[in-house]
Amino acid sequence: MTRYVLRRLASIVVVLVLISIIIFVAIHVLPGSAATLILGEYATPEALRTLEREMGLDRPLPLQYAGWVRDVLTGDWGDSLAMKQPVVSVVGLRLKNSATLAAAALVIVVCVAIPLGAAAALGRGGPLDLAIVTATYVGISIPEFVTGLGLLLLLAGPSVQWFPTGGYAEPSAGILTWARHLVLPAATLTIVLIAHVVRQTRSGLADVLASPYIRTARLKGASERRVVVRHALRNGLLPTITVLALDLGYLMGGIVVVEEVFAYPGMGRLMIYAVQNRDIPLLQMCVLIVASVYALANFAADLLYAWLDPRIRYR
Amino acid sequence: MRPVSATLAIGSAILALMIGVSVLAPWISPYAATEQHIQKRLERPSARYLLGTDQYGRDLLSRTLMGGRTALLLGVGAVLLGLGLGVPVGLGAGYFGGRADEAIMRVVDAMLSFPSLLLALLIITALGASTAHALVAIGIANVPGIARIVRSATLAVREAEFVLAARARGEGHAYLMFGEIFPNVLPPIVVETTIRVGFAMLAAASLSFLGLGVQPPQADWGLMIREARQYVFLSPWPLVTPGVALALTIIGFNLFGDGLRDHLGGSA
Repeated sequence: MTRYVLRRLASIVVVLVLISIIIFVAIHVLPGSAATLILGEYATPEALRTLEREMGLDRPLPLQYAGWVRDVLTGDWGDSLAMKQPVVSVVGLRLKNSATLAAAALVIVVCVAIPLGAAAALGRGGPLDLAIVTATYVGISIPEFVTGLGLLLLLAGPSVQWFPTGGYAEPSAGILTWARHLVLPAATLTIVLIAHVVRQTRSGLADVLASPYIRTARLKGASERRVVVRHALRNGLLPTITVLALDLGYLMGGIVVVEEVFAYPGMGRLMIYAVQNRDIPLLQMCVLIVASVYALANFAADLLYAWLDPRIRYR
Repeated sequence: MRPVSATLAIGSAILALMIGVSVLAPWISPYAATEQHIQKRLERPSARYLLGTDQYGRDLLSRTLMGGRTALLLGVGAVLLGLGLGVPVGLGAGYFGGRADEAIMRVVDAMLSFPSLLLALLIITALGASTAHALVAIGIANVPGIARIVRSATLAVREAEFVLAARARGEGHAYLMFGEIFPNVLPPIVVETTIRVGFAMLAAASLSFLGLGVQPPQADWGLMIREARQYVFLSPWPLVTPGVALALTIIGFNLFGDGLRDHLGGSA
């Protein structure tokens, strides 16, 4: 296991380095330099050159990249151009808010999707299975901003007002107020995720249920409940972990849209603000953080998987 | 030929309807998509305006029909761009193998480990928000996935006898890649393409919804939904109409892609 962890750790470092290079390349190689963005289209060439020299943009690209990496690692994340504040202080709170939202969504997904997927796999071909499969198909296809606005229309309208139309409340404002602000954005995020996880659980469990060792368990007289819960679920759920980890990538994109729909002050909305204001220092840090969280989550999922399934470690 | 499954049949029907309506949109729309009827704002569906009107009194049916054109153009355009860049990369990596393959695939994997909407956001920040830039951003975000599929399909046929025979004839690398291997990796590429067009449309609509894609007053489903937000409690029609059109189209592409994959055999 130690060797496996070390090997995966080495590859995650490579991935993080490549991610930082992609961000750097996207920002520095594409047309429209940071200096042009700050000074606007009508800046004089002299002013541009002066600013570029001040920002170190006239140095060779590999040197600029090395400088940027050093700054990021030492916690010098620069200042947001649009907010005139250090990026570090802008990002902290938003990151916490987004993490809360993502965690709420994941908890709902695990509690709802795995039982649904198991029910579909057990009743394969039956009416319940058909209903679940159809619902997940539709769930995957409806964009989250449509579901989000639909929920808003139905549950937060002036005539109903069960939930606020958007925003965020601190837990100190009362747990109920806090939860009411989380329900609609979290529910919107979960619909696509539930669909993915249900599909995976259903097919994973169905494969396992058809395997010889399950037949053995049945033949030795184990109850159906024991066969499913003790024998089938343990193996059938393994691929679901991978799907959940991949879904975190979806979640990172999903929060951008969902936070915008519900005016939720998290990383997603901060990124849109950065894009709209072409605030490159802010955007590159946000993207780096979110992409790194995603890479680390995949790493954690791999470790969990290897721990649960010893076959993986020896590949 | 195997019988056509219900999945493929329903998917094809939805796609045919969507494409037909989009092509014919300028002739079958009752009004111009940007024509304002300022006295008739946020109207419910009626005989004059079959699906109602938006906040400027523009006919929602006409805007939805024309919006389909935009969606199709962006979805197909972005995937074509992705194919144009991804197919040569994947073919090259699979064909040459060795160091080149390893280096290319490292970069491809890193890009795949990057949430694609974030990549699109980065590109749009550098280029600015417009329809063409949204197309470029989504196209580039599609490159690594396409390259990966093409590479693995290439690996499967690169030692096939027809390739070896062509090599023995003395054909060059370019001919071997595009003349011999490419036609034989087409089926998985076709399946991948249809599914990707659906997702590219979804991504384009998301960008437009965020105000980072198609700009007003052009008709686009994502943009229509963005504009409908403010008025959603006054009239749900400006939200529901493009929302249903978008969801139905994506269901169509998904059904068609899944159906096609099963139809062409599970391996594709």
